[in-house]
Amino acid sequence: MAYLVLENLHRDFGTVKALNGINISLGEGEFLSLLGPSGCGKTTALRLVAGFDRPNQGRILVEGRDMTSVAPNKRDMGMVFQAYSLFPNMTARQNVEFGLRIRGKERAARSTRVGELLELVGLGHAGDRFPHQLSGGMQQRVALARALAIEPRVLLLDEPLSALDAKVRVQLREEIRRIQLELGITTLYVTHDQEEALAISDHVAVMYGGVIEQMGTPSEMYTAPKTPFVAEFIGTMNRLEGKVVDGAAGEVDHAGTRLRIAAARGRANGERVLILIRPEDLELTAAGNGSTVNGNTLMAEVVTQTFLGPVTRLKMTGGLIADMSTARASALPVGASVVASVPTEGVQLLTLAADESIPDVGEGT
Amino acid sequence: MNRLRMAPSAYVWLLLAGLYFLLPLYSTLDFSLKENKAGTPCCTLHNYGWVVHNGDFWHTIKVSFLLALETIVISLVLFVPTMYWVHLRVPKLRPVIAFLALVPFVVPPIVMVVGLLKTFKWTPQWYYGQPWGFLATAYVILAFPYMFFSLDAGFRAIDVHTLTEASQSLGARWTTTLVRVIIPNIRTAALAASFLTLAIVMGEFTIANLAAFHTFPIFLQYVNESQGFPAGALTLLSFLITWTAMASLLLVGRKRGARGAVIAGAR
Repeated sequence: MAYLVLENLHRDFGTVKALNGINISLGEGEFLSLLGPSGCGKTTALRLVAGFDRPNQGRILVEGRDMTSVAPNKRDMGMVFQAYSLFPNMTARQNVEFGLRIRGKERAARSTRVGELLELVGLGHAGDRFPHQLSGGMQQRVALARALAIEPRVLLLDEPLSALDAKVRVQLREEIRRIQLELGITTLYVTHDQEEALAISDHVAVMYGGVIEQMGTPSEMYTAPKTPFVAEFIGTMNRLEGKVVDGAAGEVDHAGTRLRIAAARGRANGERVLILIRPEDLELTAAGNGSTVNGNTLMAEVVTQTFLGPVTRLKMTGGLIADMSTARASALPVGASVVASVPTEGVQLLTLAADESIPDVGEGT
Repeated sequence: MNRLRMAPSAYVWLLLAGLYFLLPLYSTLDFSLKENKAGTPCCTLHNYGWVVHNGDFWHTIKVSFLLALETIVISLVLFVPTMYWVHLRVPKLRPVIAFLALVPFVVPPIVMVVGLLKTFKWTPQWYYGQPWGFLATAYVILAFPYMFFSLDAGFRAIDVHTLTEASQSLGARWTTTLVRVIIPNIRTAALAASFLTLAIVMGEFTIANLAAFHTFPIFLQYVNESQGFPAGALTLLSFLITWTAMASLLLVGRKRGARGAVIAGAR
């Protein structure tokens, strides 16, 4: 039986449909990330689960019990907020202890539990510090300990790392995952950072326009996006428009070039498709360097080079993007003519309706 | 240590400001140390003795001080939850309340007291005829702008929404959240509002006079008109008492977890 169920949730703000019928089913101890751009409804969904807002339609069930109308202070949902939310008048220890005091736990039990949790988040030494004496990362660790102190049914995290610098963010997200696995707590995590979501989740739900576009494991989301939006939002993707010209042989026409793609086999001739190729799957070689333009290659010219450490990202004419080792990329400077080899296997195809345009969600990362 | 150096002109301005404040006090002190007849040598504490042994002084100062405390308590009980609710749930109402808070500034006290006397005329004598009833009500209205703007600044300095939601998610009810999370974090603003209210009530003359209540400013005015030298002593003693009261409020406010009065999100 599913532990946390969001059933056909709708939430309108005036004429704006923040949530337009989302359905989620999460098993006990699982970690789900709600991922999407600003305004997609992910925080609204989290606030509905926390009880800070009520849906216009739909239900929220935890362990089979309908929580939709239960007050937030009766739900037993631990929450970590995007903004620093520690009580400024209390020390780290008193913050963590707050929920236990509300529940009338005995002093000795409280003290033991608070000590354990501060140790768990690596802040055993900082219990007597006030929030203003803690760094942003430390404050969010205390907030996590405070949320865990009440032994919540579900842990809710609303972009808890967005205010932190990149290094602390990576460090803390790993700790959140470690603690979540250690305690086996069912977790709902909201983020707009796809790398973050892929790194720590059991499941990822990509949201757009108040609906869930796709839900699956991080690997599924990356390798088999089911909609053009997900393809663009999760990682960086080459998106080329094409038309199936030979479904039996698996051939697709893109801007006058025939590409042989395994995923095109069995498709109807004339079908409009979106060809999805990960940048790391494009093989680049310098043009005229013994390379030939055959059925599975595209000609292009390097427009920009972006150094990303071990790899360099090359952007080319025709909207092509390729990632290659920094050492090899030095042989293909800006302005160089290149031949991009498209692999037959591993390339995704999505059917495009006759009037459907390719969604633009900004430049992928 | 790198100490901040003041420009020479700053010392001049500081001296001028100090003189502006201290000269009248010194003159009053000098005046209060003279005998109540011409030609007697300086200095005597006779006028202070007269004040200290005057029963009306102690009675009126007690009435005014208790009135000030009553006004502070009523105002805080009324306005803190109201302001909390407005900031949390109906922020659109804030400008409306800010406008209303300006009314006691705009309406002259004489107009206000006539209006209040007429409005409350029907009320029972235990309310209408007592400073703890009618006068305290008038003073709550008079203190409204000071309470509002001080508390408003306090509420705007904290993240009311996030603190409330964090508290609720941990199981706290509204009352617990207000008492244990919100109030401790607006303590400085509440103290400032209390100081202003105390100072206003201790010095308010027009309403008390027209409503025929015998408060400390009325007594001060009476002495000032009838006996000049003791009036100086009385003025200085009233200063001393008011400042002592403010210092006590400050100490009481600071004692209760003063270390934590740091605003959320300050980092």
